[in-house]
Amino acid sequence: MEMPSPNPAILARKARLAERLLAVLPDDAVIQDEAETRAYECDALTAYRCPPLLAVLPRSTQEVSDILRICHEEGVPVVPRGAGTSLAGGALPTADCVILGVARMNGVLETDYGNRIIRVQTGRTNLSVSGAVEEADFFYAPDPSSQLACAIGGNIAMNSGGAHCLKYGVTTNNLLGVTLVMMDGTVVEIGGAHLDAGGLDLLGVICGSEGQLGVVTEATLRILRKPEGARPVLIGYDSNEVAGACVSDIIKAGVLPVAIEFMDRPCIEACEAFAKAGYPMCEALLIVEVEGSPEEIDHQLGLIIEIARSHNPVELREAGDAEEAGRIWLGRKSAFGAMGQINDYMCLDGTIPVSSLPYVLRRIGEMSQEFGLDVANVFHAGDGNMHPLILFDANKPGDLEICEAFGAEILKLCVEAGGCLTGEHGVGIEKRDLMLHQYSATDLEAQLKVKDVFDPRWLLNPAKVFPLAVTEGRRTAAMAAE
Amino acid sequence: MLTPQSEAELAEIIAGASGPLCIQGGGTRGLAIDGEGLSTRGLTGVELYEPGALTLVVRAGTPVAEVEALLAAENQRLAFEPMDHRGLLGTGGEPTIGGVIAAGVSGPRRIQAGSARDHLLGVRFADGAGQIVKNGGRVMKNVTGYDLVKLMCGAHGTLGVLSEVSLKVLPVAEASATVAIEGADLGAAVAAMSAALGSPYDVTGAAYDPEKQTAFIRVEGFADSAAYRCRRLVSELAGFGSPRIEDESAALWRGIRDAAAFQGRAGDIWRISVKPSDAVALAPRLQAEALQFDWGGGLIWALLPAGTDLRPRINVPGHAALVRAGAGTRARLGVFQPQPGPLAALSAGLRRQFDPKGILNPGLMG
Ligand SMILES: Cc1cc2nc3c(=O)[nH]c(=O)nc-3n(C[C@H](O)[C@H](O)[C@H](O)COP(=O)(O)OP(=O)(O)OC[C@H]3O[C@@H](n4cnc5c(N)ncnc54)[C@H](O)[C@@H]3O)c2cc1C
Ligand SMILES: Cc1cc2nc3c(=O)[nH]c(=O)nc-3n(C[C@H](O)[C@H](O)[C@H](O)COP(=O)(O)OP(=O)(O)OC[C@H]3O[C@@H](n4cnc5c(N)ncnc54)[C@H](O)[C@@H]3O)c2cc1C
Repeated sequence: MEMPSPNPAILARKARLAERLLAVLPDDAVIQDEAETRAYECDALTAYRCPPLLAVLPRSTQEVSDILRICHEEGVPVVPRGAGTSLAGGALPTADCVILGVARMNGVLETDYGNRIIRVQTGRTNLSVSGAVEEADFFYAPDPSSQLACAIGGNIAMNSGGAHCLKYGVTTNNLLGVTLVMMDGTVVEIGGAHLDAGGLDLLGVICGSEGQLGVVTEATLRILRKPEGARPVLIGYDSNEVAGACVSDIIKAGVLPVAIEFMDRPCIEACEAFAKAGYPMCEALLIVEVEGSPEEIDHQLGLIIEIARSHNPVELREAGDAEEAGRIWLGRKSAFGAMGQINDYMCLDGTIPVSSLPYVLRRIGEMSQEFGLDVANVFHAGDGNMHPLILFDANKPGDLEICEAFGAEILKLCVEAGGCLTGEHGVGIEKRDLMLHQYSATDLEAQLKVKDVFDPRWLLNPAKVFPLAVTEGRRTAAMAAE
Repeated sequence: MLTPQSEAELAEIIAGASGPLCIQGGGTRGLAIDGEGLSTRGLTGVELYEPGALTLVVRAGTPVAEVEALLAAENQRLAFEPMDHRGLLGTGGEPTIGGVIAAGVSGPRRIQAGSARDHLLGVRFADGAGQIVKNGGRVMKNVTGYDLVKLMCGAHGTLGVLSEVSLKVLPVAEASATVAIEGADLGAAVAAMSAALGSPYDVTGAAYDPEKQTAFIRVEGFADSAAYRCRRLVSELAGFGSPRIEDESAALWRGIRDAAAFQGRAGDIWRISVKPSDAVALAPRLQAEALQFDWGGGLIWALLPAGTDLRPRINVPGHAALVRAGAGTRARLGVFQPQPGPLAALSAGLRRQFDPKGILNPGLMG
């Protein structure tokens, strides 16, 4: 992966930069030792690594503002970081950048059940936001699989989602306000505890901007009361087409499940071998979960089962109790671990319209033959977000490159089918060079104009999201101005 | 009135324009911009509708009524429940889907289902230089680049003229039922609505009419389930007034959505968005002739004598817009609340970027 070469002038200023930062921060907040900065050399896309010039770990909005003001004055790029679980290389440093990690900012600032909001610092992990309101039977809805580790700041930057977003939406639908520190150190409050803010929807564009428009230090999030209960059903089919048709019929019938997960045969086999959840061996497996009162769950599952039956399933298993529900989810939840047991894998993240699911799966199967690498598919089928897992051997020379080329073809296929390059992991460096497959140069230019307004000197997370060639003019102009 | 018949023609007109353009969908808003009218009325029609994927792609000038009829035929709807302003404003015209999105119009269900922007998946628009830009798409989840979709929703045409919008639609609920709590003052009503919204019964509307001293709480879903949840709410909310199950649900909520209580009454109409619990102390400070509360108290409609500036009376975080007033008052007070300095600077910067000639609805939105 090509990254711009580090600016030697900045590298030469390391000592002065550290000194200026230490003048406004406690000693333990500035990490300059090479052995220690190595901890920040990559995120969960571990194929690319580069230790940063410095890492800073502020504890307050004021400290973040001081850091950014100094880096702005010194012309040093800054890469914001939450927990470093990005799978797109969104938090990958360059040798001439400062990593600004918000992990120490993990407090709860306010919980307000009457108005159904919680205000937190953005280093707080996703799961511990729900944890903070659990005693009152509330929860925070977006639930990425990485929720134990990933931070709200990263969730906002990536607009993360999870299995339950078919019903509850993704981060942007659950975010009411942020405290944003801009690159020059200015602190702005966008939105708040009230539902609709006036003016342009700046909150909407901050969410999903991958740390390029500002550093989010605090967030006001919507919290929801837990439903009375939830229960899944497992449905097996002997063809992807039929399983796809079943998904659309469920949605058309007016039932709105909280989750519809889809696994194909290679994925079922791998999960079964690993987790022994008792899954049937078939072409396609659906797990459909509904929520509500016991009566409502019975009613919805009744409808779903009737629809599922009309498509002649090879297996149909309703969870009778919590234990059975757990078994139904067990295999799905261990999918990534199971695949990791078999081989190295690359996890893709594209979306497609649900109607093209059978076509896309068939094409992926054909392409798998062409590239000579196996693929297992697991989907959030209700919203068309697919995660093809390409298996490869990291120790075999050339395999990673074939895998990457294959991955790129799959993502292009998603776009061609009417979908997009990424549904939840983000663009980062991983999908940066594919952007022109989904958007025209004019479309991308419109996005860059937003970056120009928030960060005119192009110092925040500068070589991500957009193809380097597209941003080159702006980056060199910014560097020349230093 | 310029009325392009295609997106390409729209782009051409804007690229060639040198003076202000007053962008109109159905014109139900009665915009007062000095400029040449640019109507989207020629840009109509459905591009794609997939009920099984809950998606609709439609040209911006398509009447909302047509969209709603098309969805109703598949038992689906726009879940954000956009209001119809014609009664309130005394305007005619045919509201368009582009106008709804450009103005970010949402109704009572906003509190549970989200607002217009939460249902907007993709846009195509012509910016102020006449370039066609697309953003988002037609799938539910998309984090490919910056989310300009949200930015365009509620921008009131100041960043570009929408030519096409792609929407998430939802099934119509089998049943809708309402609990009315009579004899509740505002404090009790907000407490009751907040308890209802914090319950597991999936409330999709919570409004209060101070003239009737009644709070209304709506649940939707399968008939048995809605009835069950209503019964639970009646018993759990007994402490706040006298709850009972109300019969006529659809007309009641249409009235709340369209602020029907204020229709035909003289005066200016303001729409205020605050944290629901702030409504209780704020209400008397507003010195309004009449008030209506939606969104559990978070959305306040206020009727005031013509020409009053309400904003200095608001001492809590939030936002106020002047929805109905004479041209003079609108010109003097502005329709939208001025933003704090740094935010205003960002907004102005975005406008300059997207509309370098300053021709798209100049003067609107600060
Ligand atoms: C096993 C596994 C499963 C996953 N499952 C899912 C899933 O189901 N759904 C999903 O959406 N994602 C998933 N992810 C991806 C990842 O967890 C999310 O993208 C997450 O939101 C990243 O959060 P983070 O705190 O780790 O961010 P980081 O990796 O630290 O950073 C991600 C991006 O956010 C920016 N950023 C971080 N903090 C801030 C801030 N405070 N202000 C501004 N910008 C900031 C960074 O610059 C970077 O661009 C998964 C990852 C793993 C490893
Ligand atoms: C004085 C007044 C204030 C209002 N304030 C609000 C408010 O604060 N919040 C709210 O939710 N609703 C508000 N509304 C209502 C809202 O404008 C209409 O309900 C809705 O826009 C109806 O659609 P239309 O096609 O008739 O829109 P129009 O009345 O034609 O246009 C509404 C707005 O959208 C712009 N517009 C229309 N079509 C496009 C397009 N294709 N691309 C880009 N821009 C376009 C117009 O320039 C105008 O700013 C207000 C209405 C009035 C009369």
